[in-house]
Amino acid sequence: MPLIKCENVSIGYEGQTVVKDLNFAIEKGDYLCIVGENGSGKSTLVKSLLGLKSVEKGRITFGDGLRQNEIGYLPQQNDTQKDFPASVYEVVLSGRLNSRGFHPFYTSGDKREAVEKMELLGIRDLERQCFRDLSGGQKQRVLLARALCATKSLLLLDEPVTGLDPIVTGEFYQLIRRINRDSGIAVVMVSHDIESAVEDATHILHLQETALFFGTTEDYRRSRIGRKFLGGVHDGNDF
Amino acid sequence: MMETIFEMFSYPFMVRAFAVGALVALCSALLGVSLVLKRYSMIGDGLSHVGFGALAIAASLNMAPLAVAIPVVILAAVLLLRIRGNSRIKGDAAIALISTSSLAVGVMVISMTTGMNTDVYNYMFGSILAMSEGDVVLSVAMAVIVLVLFVFFYHKIFAITFDETFAQATGVKADLYNTLIAVLTAVTIVLGMRMMGALLISSLIIFPALTSMRVCKTFKSVMINSAVISVVCLVTGITVSYVWATPAGASVVMANIAALLVYSLIGLIRNKGK
Repeated sequence: MPLIKCENVSIGYEGQTVVKDLNFAIEKGDYLCIVGENGSGKSTLVKSLLGLKSVEKGRITFGDGLRQNEIGYLPQQNDTQKDFPASVYEVVLSGRLNSRGFHPFYTSGDKREAVEKMELLGIRDLERQCFRDLSGGQKQRVLLARALCATKSLLLLDEPVTGLDPIVTGEFYQLIRRINRDSGIAVVMVSHDIESAVEDATHILHLQETALFFGTTEDYRRSRIGRKFLGGVHDGNDF
Repeated sequence: MMETIFEMFSYPFMVRAFAVGALVALCSALLGVSLVLKRYSMIGDGLSHVGFGALAIAASLNMAPLAVAIPVVILAAVLLLRIRGNSRIKGDAAIALISTSSLAVGVMVISMTTGMNTDVYNYMFGSILAMSEGDVVLSVAMAVIVLVLFVFFYHKIFAITFDETFAQATGVKADLYNTLIAVLTAVTIVLGMRMMGALLISSLIIFPALTSMRVCKTFKSVMINSAVISVVCLVTGITVSYVWATPAGASVVMANIAALLVYSLIGLIRNKGK
């Protein structure tokens, strides 16, 4: 049974359909990259996967022990966080909220989990630092640790490397690869960076209002749309 | 010194002013941290003007001021939150629109009924004499609600303030908490504005949060510091107002400015030391 299954999903705003007739599934341990141009419906799809936006048609089902509020989500960077006074520990721990329900306080188990995730991502030494004083790459690691606290089976990353320099970007991809391989957590990544996408991902979903392609990365490389899109990158026509 | 203090507390109106003031300061500081960080600072200012309009209308109709002002301001608060969420008129413009409109309506109503007199002056800049027994009861009730909310839902409020989308994705009902915060802010403002003045009440929401953020590096310490700073500044301000017969609201704001300067200096020295 797949973790997430989308059947004939259409999503839109005020009667205007943004994405239509989507069919795809994410299995345990998959690494799916969602690619497509700006305005192709990637962010809209992310919102629906998280349950922040209802679908117009079709349905999204969750299985294999995954519930909708147990997706480890790494959002696009937002402005408010730039000057936010919070320690790294406070931010990471807030990922455990979905396991709290109505219970108002964190248990020692939650705290242990937060510490474990910080150790896994090599940010334990930043624990007491203020989130606003961190570098871009460190911030993304902290938010990734928070996402890992929220999930056991699936990470959803929305443009995670935007604004990071090439070295930090490389390290971040490596980290994701390691998490995906070692702990079997499925990864869904929305990305502009098609070249890295085909390197790491096992599956590709190419969006352009509808799914132009969904399948394994190997098939994507051989497909007409994949060749066109990847070729475009090499020609430098992407911009 | 001690004599002045004893004398001050021998007047029932002063005791009421301190009681209501301290509780309002505490609540507005806690609510303020969340509002300031979410870029909702101006909502406090807008709501106080709406409160002014509502009080003016209540006075002209000979109705109980709070019974009119509280529901009206709550309504305005919920409306402003909605407007921010989705609308053609952007949030800051919407707030300016609503606040100037209510101010104008208030001034019109007053000038047509009682005329521009000391009442208007007191609404605008506050009066230390304005607090009644009923206000004390209401502010105690409100303070209890705000404190319970912040103790029991502290982690959820943190999550919503830090990252609303993530909080919603993990199943936190952000809309519910946002509305709750807006409603409590509305009540706090109405309660405090007759003492602080419609033009100055929003300082209680904004100053303590900004002041503590100069120095504090964790959300929890920002919360605690804001609450303490706010109450200390209010007590200082009211005392100054009593001793030197200065307007209460302005004196409290002065104390807050002083606190902000001190904390900014500490923050600056700390950063240099690194």
